[in-house]
Amino acid sequence: MGTIASSPMSAPPASPSSGFWRRFRRNRGAVAGLVVLAAVALLVALGPLLAGNDPWDMVQQPFLAPFQEPGFPMGTDTMGRDIYAGVVHGARVSLLIGVVSTVVSLLIGVGIGAVAGYFGGWVDATLMRFTELFQAVPSFALAIVLVAIFQPSVGSIVTAIALVSWPPVARLVRGEFMTLRQRDFVAAAQLAGLSTPRIIVGQILPNAASPIVVMASLMVATAILLESSLSFLGLGDPNQMSWGYMVGTARTVLRQAWWMAVFPGLAIVLTVLALNLVGEGLNDGLNARAEGRTR
Amino acid sequence: MKRLHYMLTRIAQGLLALVLIATVNFLLVRAAPGDPVAVLAGEAGASDPQFVAQLRAQFGLDQPLSTQLGRYLGHVLQGDLGFSYRQQQSVLDLILERLPATLLLTGSAFALSLLFGVGLGALAARRAGSWVDSGITVVALVFYATPLYWLAMMAVLVFTVQLDWLPGFGHMTVGADLHGLARVADTARHLVMPALTLALFYMAVYARMTRASMREVAQMDFVKTARAKGVAPGRIQRMHVLRNALLPVVTLAGIQAGSMIGGAVLTETVFAWPGIGRLMFDALLQRDYNLLLGCFLVTAGMAVLFNLLTDLVYTLVDPRIEL
Repeated sequence: MGTIASSPMSAPPASPSSGFWRRFRRNRGAVAGLVVLAAVALLVALGPLLAGNDPWDMVQQPFLAPFQEPGFPMGTDTMGRDIYAGVVHGARVSLLIGVVSTVVSLLIGVGIGAVAGYFGGWVDATLMRFTELFQAVPSFALAIVLVAIFQPSVGSIVTAIALVSWPPVARLVRGEFMTLRQRDFVAAAQLAGLSTPRIIVGQILPNAASPIVVMASLMVATAILLESSLSFLGLGDPNQMSWGYMVGTARTVLRQAWWMAVFPGLAIVLTVLALNLVGEGLNDGLNARAEGRTR
Repeated sequence: MKRLHYMLTRIAQGLLALVLIATVNFLLVRAAPGDPVAVLAGEAGASDPQFVAQLRAQFGLDQPLSTQLGRYLGHVLQGDLGFSYRQQQSVLDLILERLPATLLLTGSAFALSLLFGVGLGALAARRAGSWVDSGITVVALVFYATPLYWLAMMAVLVFTVQLDWLPGFGHMTVGADLHGLARVADTARHLVMPALTLALFYMAVYARMTRASMREVAQMDFVKTARAKGVAPGRIQRMHVLRNALLPVVTLAGIQAGSMIGGAVLTETVFAWPGIGRLMFDALLQRDYNLLLGCFLVTAGMAVLFNLLTDLVYTLVDPRIEL
């Protein structure tokens, strides 16, 4: 991440990535998103330094409004826990679940999409029917049922989110593979005697990477929203402080303590918005063909 | 002939999807924590052993899994989704009682989101590059990033707690005993905030999509032709660009309608709207897995049905669709 900190005024070095940064930087929203994400990453890294070790600690009397007591800029909740500490510590589980579940669903989606797109024929037809079946089920309802049945924990939440998020990846990767499969470099690799798995992973996949990267950044955003929604319904990991859980506890006391809902919610909006903006920037940066076209 | 064949295939696929969802549902009941009997009875261990033994025989749990699955599917086909021991009512009755509220909420939200989403997206595309376009794009981005439940709570804070304009709880004024038009008006007032907050997220999706799709269509040759022969710009936008750009938006909307029913869980929870979503939330709180899975089955069934309907209507409306 150090490269973006370098002055935008200096002449770009003549490496292939310079085009990427030039296009990425032109999207001001994406740069702002990157700054917000860096701040969230800092919260995750420095959490205990900024807000103590335990966000579950009852540190003051309950229902303190923001700034009513010095040192509690966001007030306290129904049990006298510091909202600020909760917001700082909640970043951890949001990012963790967002990133890990995206990686898992990428593994499933890329696997299925690559095989379907490469082999075509009945393999493709079968796998795509399977994918469509998954897409027909309302994803949030399925995620709720999975987490409720297998008991809320980081593991079950990641699994549930991954299971409902992979179909779009599979469809995207299948499309890319179907086009790339026809290219000469694939025929060359076959003639050179490369095994099919090596062609799929080593030759075609790197060429399909750009749209997958863009989609992945948007998926992390969606996964964070999903996790927060599950936590809001009481389906979060009971050992992890999370933003969704905090808003959930505020639901029944909204009239008495607006601050309990407002601050963790703002944290979610900012993080998800930043991820979406960065996704658009990545799209601009990686998609050199779009250059010159006004947005 | 070809069309008929396509329709029959799609219907068969829809039915297959429903059977698979029901099978998954069956397996999830078995995977639920604790004895399946306890799950079906909605109790956690402490029930009378005689009652448990009776249930075991009643549900045929001593038989092989495949036989059990067959029985379960047979029951589902007959509309028997089991019994909620927590609520002392059959699951199907509980769901049917809540169905109208959910349909009213998701139906209005769906119409609102499509209407405003397409409208705003078209406006942004027409004024591409202007401050109107930037404004709409920013608003769409923000709503796209806002959790449904949080937006709903903020709406309650502003419009119910602060301004006292709209009711933020339930679907009618408790104890008012209204009839006729007054009752309709009362329900409509209660519907405004749940429907709007549910619609805003999807509105953002449709606005972004409409804008992108219209800008793509605007590059096509037939639009250039229309412009060259001197058709008025407003007319080109409405009759040539928008009409063709709507196709992918409506496809997406058909898929989203299913997810909207899922999203209604959050809206209904915040506003205490008495629909299937709220029922699902209550089932979660009470660990009533049988009711929870029943709600899931009905929700998924509705989504499959809706996708099927969109597809079928589509082939009739647009003859270009590949069969």
